Parts: sequence; structure tokens; C-alpha cells
Amino acid sequence: MSDRTDELLLARGIGKTFPGVKALDKVDLTLRAGEIHALMGENGAGKSTLIKILTGVYARDVGTIEFDGRQISPNSPSEAEAAGISTVYQEVNLIPTLSVAENILLGRQPKKFGIIQWRAMRRHAARALERLGLELEVSRELRSCSIAIQQMIAIARALDVQAKLLILDEPTSSLDEQECEALFAVMRRLRDDGLAIAFVTHFLDQVYAVTDRITVLRNGGLVGEFETAKLPKLELIAKMLGKESGELPSSVGGAGTPLPASEGHPKGGLGETRPTFESASAIGDSEAPTTISKKTPFLSAKSIGRKMGVEPLDLQINAGEVLGLAGLLGSGRTETARLLFGIDSRDSGHVSVEGKPVPLRSPREAISRGLAFCSEDRKTEGIAPNLSVRENLILAMQASRGALRQLPLPEQLRIADHYIRALNIKTADTETPIRNLSGGNQQKVLLARWLAMQPKLIILDEPTRGIDVGAKAEIEKLVESLRERGMAVLFISSELDEVVRVSQRVVVLRDRRKVGELEGDFDEHRIMNLIAQPHE
Amino acid sequence: MSDSEKKIRGWFGGGRLLWPVLSLAALLLFNLIFAPSFFHFEIKDGHLYGTLVDILNQGSKVMLLSLGMTLVIASGGVDLSVGSLMAVAAATGALLVTKTSLPFGIVVPACLALCGLFGAFNGLMVTALRIQPIIATLILMVTGRGIAMLLTGGQVITFERASYVYVGNGHLFGLPFTTTIVLVTLVATLWITRRTAVGLFLEATGDNETASRFCGVPTARIKVLVYAFSGVCAGIAGLIASSNIKAADANRVGEMMELDAIFAVVVGGTALTGGRFTLVGSMIGALLIQTLTTTMYNLGMPPAIAPVPKAIVIVAACLLQSAKFRDALRGLLPRRATT
Amino acid sequence: MNRFARRINIPLLATAVVLVVLFGTASVLYDGFFSLRVIANLFADNAVLGIASVGMTFVILSGGIDLSIGSAIAFTTVLVATLITGHHWHPVPAMLVALAAGTLFGLGQGFLIQRFELPAFLVTLGGMFFARGMAFVVNAESVGINNPFYDAVLNVRLPIGGRAALPATALIFLAAFVVAVFVAHFTTYGRNTFALGGNPDSARLMGLPVGRTQIAVYAVNGFCSALAGIVATFYTGSGNPAMGSGLELDAIAAVVIGGTLLTGGVGSVEGTLLGVLIFGTIQSALVFDGRLNSWWLRIAIGLLLLLFILLQKAITSRATARSTT
Repeated sequence: MSDRTDELLLARGIGKTFPGVKALDKVDLTLRAGEIHALMGENGAGKSTLIKILTGVYARDVGTIEFDGRQISPNSPSEAEAAGISTVYQEVNLIPTLSVAENILLGRQPKKFGIIQWRAMRRHAARALERLGLELEVSRELRSCSIAIQQMIAIARALDVQAKLLILDEPTSSLDEQECEALFAVMRRLRDDGLAIAFVTHFLDQVYAVTDRITVLRNGGLVGEFETAKLPKLELIAKMLGKESGELPSSVGGAGTPLPASEGHPKGGLGETRPTFESASAIGDSEAPTTISKKTPFLSAKSIGRKMGVEPLDLQINAGEVLGLAGLLGSGRTETARLLFGIDSRDSGHVSVEGKPVPLRSPREAISRGLAFCSEDRKTEGIAPNLSVRENLILAMQASRGALRQLPLPEQLRIADHYIRALNIKTADTETPIRNLSGGNQQKVLLARWLAMQPKLIILDEPTRGIDVGAKAEIEKLVESLRERGMAVLFISSELDEVVRVSQRVVVLRDRRKVGELEGDFDEHRIMNLIAQPHE
Repeated sequence: MSDSEKKIRGWFGGGRLLWPVLSLAALLLFNLIFAPSFFHFEIKDGHLYGTLVDILNQGSKVMLLSLGMTLVIASGGVDLSVGSLMAVAAATGALLVTKTSLPFGIVVPACLALCGLFGAFNGLMVTALRIQPIIATLILMVTGRGIAMLLTGGQVITFERASYVYVGNGHLFGLPFTTTIVLVTLVATLWITRRTAVGLFLEATGDNETASRFCGVPTARIKVLVYAFSGVCAGIAGLIASSNIKAADANRVGEMMELDAIFAVVVGGTALTGGRFTLVGSMIGALLIQTLTTTMYNLGMPPAIAPVPKAIVIVAACLLQSAKFRDALRGLLPRRATT
Repeated sequence: MNRFARRINIPLLATAVVLVVLFGTASVLYDGFFSLRVIANLFADNAVLGIASVGMTFVILSGGIDLSIGSAIAFTTVLVATLITGHHWHPVPAMLVALAAGTLFGLGQGFLIQRFELPAFLVTLGGMFFARGMAFVVNAESVGINNPFYDAVLNVRLPIGGRAALPATALIFLAAFVVAVFVAHFTTYGRNTFALGGNPDSARLMGLPVGRTQIAVYAVNGFCSALAGIVATFYTGSGNPAMGSGLELDAIAAVVIGGTLLTGGVGSVEGTLLGVLIFGTIQSALVFDGRLNSWWLRIAIGLLLLLFILLQKAITSRATARSTT
């Protein structure tokens, strides 16, 4: 390794536990002045927790942070800023209704006798933007600027406090290619000025385009620190997904691959008593692959797409089949699901269900055509937290019956009891508010909500995220039994082994594009190869 | 828990009634000790008279308003226009009975339909145009009273039509007729919300609108419906208020009553953030206001001071619902919290 | 787009156009409407509403709302009148006490709202009941003020040409306006208020004193209400516990018509002045006409509210559409 004096930030043995979840466990991070350092990891890896500890939003439980030769423990973003650590978040955290100049200097405006000097402020702001190679009318409103420009303005603000370390938390997720290039140019310029930049992203190509080194986290633990140039893309993906690269070719269907140990694991005990699920379950490729032609397509979509969502893609989902939708975070999986369920309107393409063309413009309509959608965002798109388990469970069913034909209470209770038993939902009774249930049990209630509708196609978006291992296995088993009963399933997950285990066919997405479709003999390795494949 | 118990919990709003019932009981107990005449009843001409009967009678308008307001607040909104809509109903009613010979059986539905339409307008502003409820209903709050005055030409319109006068002054089953109106409206509202799925849809919409929409709940339609219903309730209250004084005074009818109704709902245990609601709680909240006012009056305090205890009750109700406040209290009592 | 065009504020411009059109129409329709005297009266007659609206502007800019101002004004008038007439205080200390009381009252409301995250709507609704009740506690009757100091102040008139002159009440209103414009544009407190209303989470992450600003906004509004109450005692020569009922709604309407978004973050004190003047112009026009009645004021204000809310809606949705593409 190079000269130690380059090392600007030395975080050692950082640990953080939230009630029931170990978010970070003995993580190290080393950042050097004059480098761009990628921080990589899938959901629940601990990236955002680590960043929040560095920026003083959370306090760490254990570990030390040495910054610029001093031990620091910032207690607030402004303390971190004072120490020289500035952050730009994915959601631009500026005031959209104020001018560009104010957004750069709010809280530290140049003043004379307590009076804000607007002219000096505008000059100062223009200079700060110049440093980034940006020429801009600084008196215009922030919200009239594109997101990319707002991002730059946020960076200008962050740098204006004499920052030595700039943390960019997923700054590119809403930028197009050209805008990304412009941002990268600025990042390189700042790096050459001697700034340390920590760059969080889930776009692999960007990591290779702009970073010098990579730290990979997984499930709250450190996987390792690597030189970007010396780490092949495929290996990086393997590390993010928790695979040993040597294991890759043989890891068919996840046999022998331990299920990830945590991801918000509320009840530690369940992890150890793994059910004998893996061996029992049908593994995708071991089954004789049935050809598409033999199956009846339930839904087929032709070149459906949406600006800033997904590029137009084709999709066919068959009855009695699990179609996996694989790809890294931000690859357009959820966006595809939302288009199919009529939540977002599509800009292009058409969809037919059971051979008939349908508009699919609202969830209500999608439901009436036999679709169901279990969102990945349980909290904001799934549960009604204060309503009971019973009410959450029958909500979709009641909605499809209309307001006037109320399900009689005994019937509601029968359905609720049935699913509580069938899915092994752990709840005191049917009247418990759903917010009192653990994540896995909430997820099962939401699944039950849709199963009670007896849909013909169920879209499961990350159904196993943030729930304990036992519940994960149960959900996988359930998906299998649904398929056997002739239901079509669209299964979205960032756990590749899971996708491989449950799906008969897999559509692979990367950077909001469909990059391939695999059927029959596929494994994690082939999916990762598709994801890693360079842009053409 | 048996099925019927579950049903009853749904109808009455579970444990949220504890504080409102306790406060009302405490207030009544206070009167029992310091002003026993409070519980004095008298039967004249087969009609029951007494302070408690007065409270029921005078509280009827706020009780009616708070029925509609409860549903609006459950949907995550608020309706500031109900006081002005009372004036609209009073003006329309008085005009129709004095200027036309329409039977009262047509006048009433006409007034209520008009108020329902105004309410639906509020609902459309909130759903179709996505304007915050406070602002959307503020428009009709300002304009509505102007429209009412326009209708009456700024005059106080008096009327003698017996059927109209009966609404606010008559007696049925020995009790003021207003009690019957409130009871019938309450039971009808309970029935509509709890015997159909409207209540479930409403609570789901207020609790998590996005999730409800994804379940196929017609959230926008439900919202328009509750604002329209709130308008109808305001219409009934307006007819009673004008009948009470046998006149429509567009300038004064229902003045500030929207605030009393919101007060009744919040004190009754329905959170301003929406979701779970309790109609019975709002009724108790409305009775609490009226009892408070009457108690102070009986104690010889000028009625104008009545707002002060009201202010204390509303801030206390807010604090009880605030998680931050409960945390702060726990911080003050460290020993009790840890043991 | 040139620099000037970009910095023009469309809602503010719309408000100005409405004011000019209204005033122009009234001048054409009514003899003598277009005069300095009418303009001077516009400021004098709307001084109470104007000062209250200035305070309300900051509350709304911060993303809050305050329903208590009408009652707070009433409380101030009876307090001042009772201290002067009943207790023979000199008006100046009486006014200082009233200003302190108003500020303290606002501070209390702000504390409850900020510290316990209570809805501003309900806390200030409580405040409205409280202040109204306390006004009647101080004095249940209207109290007249006969005091040499008052006569002296009422004799202050700033001639503005012709026989027209601005009375002391109008001057206090204009002074409050100028100070508010200065605070809004040139002080950290003012800018932090805009930031708080624009996006409270961002403001917190940017290291701004969000909690302190939020409490201060209500305290300042309490001060403004007290000042408006003092002006009301000059204007009516008395204190009345029933005064100012519903004034908070007029103030909110004036602020919104003045181009301030009720969601916070966008708007200006200058716009509020225009909003108040629109209010006053309609009122004066109704007086001049004689045939039209006062309810037209409410209907006109309601329709203007609707118009401006729809206009704001259109502008904000266009702005968001632009920044996402």
C-alpha cells in the first residue's frame, strides 16, 4: 500500500446494532486523499448505516474513526461538516424553492452588521460553481434546474465548507448518461485537487468508469477492499451477492450455499434451525424444462417501457410457471412490476392478458383481470399499520367485491384464521394491529391478502427482504405450491440463489434494460455473466 | 373474544373511548357534587325537561357536524366549510318555506342535496386537484357564508311554517325532536360505515392511502363521498339551527361551529392524522363541549369565558395523542419507566 | 431567458395585475374613487388586518398556520384599554405589557407545536379559544379609551398630497411592512423561515436551527397580533373582547391571494401587502357603490382564493414537471 499519510479516514471495527438487527459488524473503511472510493453492496449490506455514522446521523456502538489525524465522533451532520466530512444524498437535500446561490450558502451567508449581502453571496456562489466547471445563473430558483444540476449544486454546497471528504450517496440514480459523465468529470477534477470521495452506487459500469478502489459490504459485514482495476466485474458481483468466486461454476441452484445469515433478522434463533428446505425443494434446472410453447401465456407484454423507468421490453408470463426477474438494485425490476400492475402509466407498448389486449391503467383494473402485486415496500405500499391482521388480509378481497357487499364478519374471520394457520402467521389473534407483527409475519399477511383473491398472476417484489430465514424458506415453498396449482408468478429478488431455486425462467435486467432471458439450464453464474456483460 | 365482541369493538372504537368517557364522567360527577340540580328532571305536558335534556338539545348541532367531520378526518382530511354550509342550508330552507309553497318534505331533501353538492365540490378539490384539505375547504368556508347572505339578501328571514319550526323545537317520545334526529343520523352513519365496507375502506385510506389504492380500494371516490356526507350533516345542523330561532340569520348561523366539530372529533379519540375513527367517541366529545359550557354557565361564569377550559381540553387531548409528549413524560418519571 | 424575466415572480405579478384591474375598474365606475384620499384610507382602514397578515405571512411561509390571531388581537385591545382606562396606566407601558404578553402567547404555542410535534392547526385552535376567553376575563365589556397620548398620536398625520394624509395607524402598518420585508430578505431568521417551509428535512440536514426558527415564527406572529391589537385601539378608540372574530381567515386569504403558498416556502411579504390592498379595494368599492352588499366581499374573496390556489397549483406542477425532465 502507498504512503500512510495519504490515508485521510481510517474507520476501524465499526459496529452498530438496532433493536433486533445487527446493521454493521466490525467494518473497516479506509479512504485516501485524492481517490474515488466505491462503497458497494446490495440492500441491507450496511452502506447507508456506515455513511450515517460517518456523517453523525447515527452514533456507532463500537469502533474508532480517525479522520485527518484526529479521532472524531460526530454527533450531527453539522459537526461532521465542521470536521471536513460533507455529504450529498440521493434525494437532493436542498430547498427547491430558494435560489441556487442561497442553497449553496444557506446558514453561512456573507453578512455585514447582521445584514445578508446578496451581491457578495451571488459572487461567492458563482465561484463555488466555477470550481466544478459549472456556469449558471445563481439567482434562479433551484427547482427550475434539472436534477443533475441540483446534484452539482449540492456538491458545491458540500465543498464550500472546506470539505476534505465528500460522500456521494447514490448521486446518479436519477441522472441520464450524459449527466453522469458530467458528474464524473467533476469528481475526477476534485480527486485531482486532492479530495477524498466516497461514492455509493449500484451501477457497476459507473464503478469501473470512475473509481480507484472498492469496499464491498454484505449483510452488515465487510467483504473486502479491492483495487478497482484488479477486480473483474464478475468477481465484484459475486462478492456483492455473497458468493466465493471459486464457487461460482458449481453453485447450481444454491445447493450448499448457505442462506444469508441475517438481513434484519429479528429472531436469531430461527436461523440455526434451518428447515430441510433446500434439499427438498425442486431446483429450477433439475426439473425437465417445459418449453414456452406448451404453456399458455397468461400475460404477454410487448415493448412496454417508461421514461426514467425501464427501456421498452418484452415479457411473457405463463400459467403454472415462475418467471424470475433478476438484476441488481436499480436495474428496473420494480419499475417493470409497477408498469404491469398499472401503478405507473407506460409510455410505450401494449399488454394482453389471456390473449386479449387490455389497457392496464390502474391497480383496480389489474386486479379485476386477475393480477396481484406484493410490493417490496411493505411499509408505505403494503400494510395499513393500524388496521388489524384480519382487515389487512381481506382488504383487497373486499375492494374487489365493492363497498356494498360486505364480507360477513364470520366469513372474514374464517378467511383470516385459515390463512393464519396455512401460512403459519404468528399473531396473537385476528384483531391485532398488523404493526405489532414481525416483518416476516407482516409479509405473510400481505401474501395472504392476495392469495385470498385467487389471482391468476401474482407479482412478488422482493417478498423475502428483511425477514428471517425460516420465513424465507416458507415463502419459497409457498411460491412452489402456487405454481403447482397453475398460478403464474413473477418473482423479483436480488438473492440470485433464491431466483434460481424458484424460477423456471429468468429475465435479467441491467441498468433499466432487459439484457437476456434464460430458460432450462441456468444457474447463478449465467445470470451474473449477463449482468456483468459490458454495454454494447 | 367472541365474534359479537369484535363487532362491538369495531362499532364503538375499541379502547380510544377511555379518555373521553372518563372526562365526561368526571365533569358529570363534579356537577353531581357541586350542582345537584344538574340532574333534576321535570315532566311538563309529557315532555322531559332538565339540564341534561338541554345539553342533548343544544349539543345536537355539533354532534351532527362531528359525524361528518369524523369521517372526513378519518380519510386524512378536515372540513372547514361546515359552518358556512349550515348558513347555506338555513338560508335555502327559509327561502323555500317563505317564498314557495313547496311541501317541507321536499324542502329538506333540496337543502341537504345542495349542501351535499357543495361537500362533493370540496372532495373533488381534494382528490382531483390534490389541494390540501384545509385550503380546499377554506375556499367554501369563506364563499359559503357569502352565498348564504346573497340568498337571503342580507336579511334575517323569519318563518312560521309549523313543520320547519318543529325540527328544532318539537318533541318526540318526550324528548326534543333534535335528539331523535341525532340518533337516527348516528345509527344510519354507524350502519353505513360498519355494515358495509365503507368504514373499512375509509380507515384503510386514512391509514395508508397508497397501500389501499394498490389493493383496489377506490380511495378517491371514498374521499369525495365523505366530504359530500359532511356537507349533508352540515345541512341538517343548519336546518336545526335556523328552526331553533325560527329564522335564518346567514351571518351568524354555524359561526365557529366547524371548530367545535373538529374539537369534538379530536377529543373523542379520532386522530387528526386519519385512519381509525370512532363516531361514538365524537358524540361524547360533542357532549363534553356542551356539558362544559353548561357547567360553567351554571356556576355563574359568563358564557364568554367558556372557551378557556375548551382550549385546555383540546391541548390536553393533543398532548395525550403525541408520542413525543409521552416520551417526555416517561423521561420525567425514570424510576417508574424502568421498573 | 434573460435575468429579469427569470426573477419575476408569476404569482406576485398576477396579484399586482388583479389589484390594478380592480382599482382601475372601481375608478372608472365610481366618481372620486381614483384619489389619494381613497388610497390613504386603504392603508388606514386595513392597518389591523395588514399587520396581522404580515405576521401570518411568516407562519405560512414556515409551513404552519395560526388560527389564534383574531382572539389575540381582541385580548390585546381589552388589555390595553383596561390598563389605561381602568388602572390609569400610561399607554406606553400598557402597550409594552401587551406586546410582551402577545409574544409570550405565541412562544407558548410555538413551543407546543415544535417540542411535542402537535398539529399547528389544533394548538392554535386551542390558542384561539384561550385568548378569546382570557379577553373576556380581563374585561367582559367594551372599554373606551380617553387619553391625551391617544389624542396626540391620532393627530399625527403624514400629508401625501392634496388633502389626503396617512394617519398614525397607516404609518405603523407601513413601518411593520418595511421591517418585515427587511427581515424576510436580509436576515438569517427570514431566510431560515423560507428554508423551513421549503423542505424541513433538508433544512435540518443543512444544519439550520429548524426548531428555534419554528418557535420564533409563532412568537413573532404573537408580537404582530399584539401590535395589530394596539393599532386597533387607536382605530376604534376602545378595547373590545369580541373584536376580530374571523380575522384570521381574512389574514390567511390575504396572504394566499398575495401569492404565498399555504404549503410553505414560497411567497413574500410584498405580496401580502398587495393581498391586503385587494381586500381593501373590494371593500371600498362596495362602500362607494352602495347598491352592492357586504356579502359580495366574501364571495369575491372566496373566488379570488380559488383562482389563486388553482394558479399556484398550475405553477408548482409545471415547475416539478420541468425539473424531472
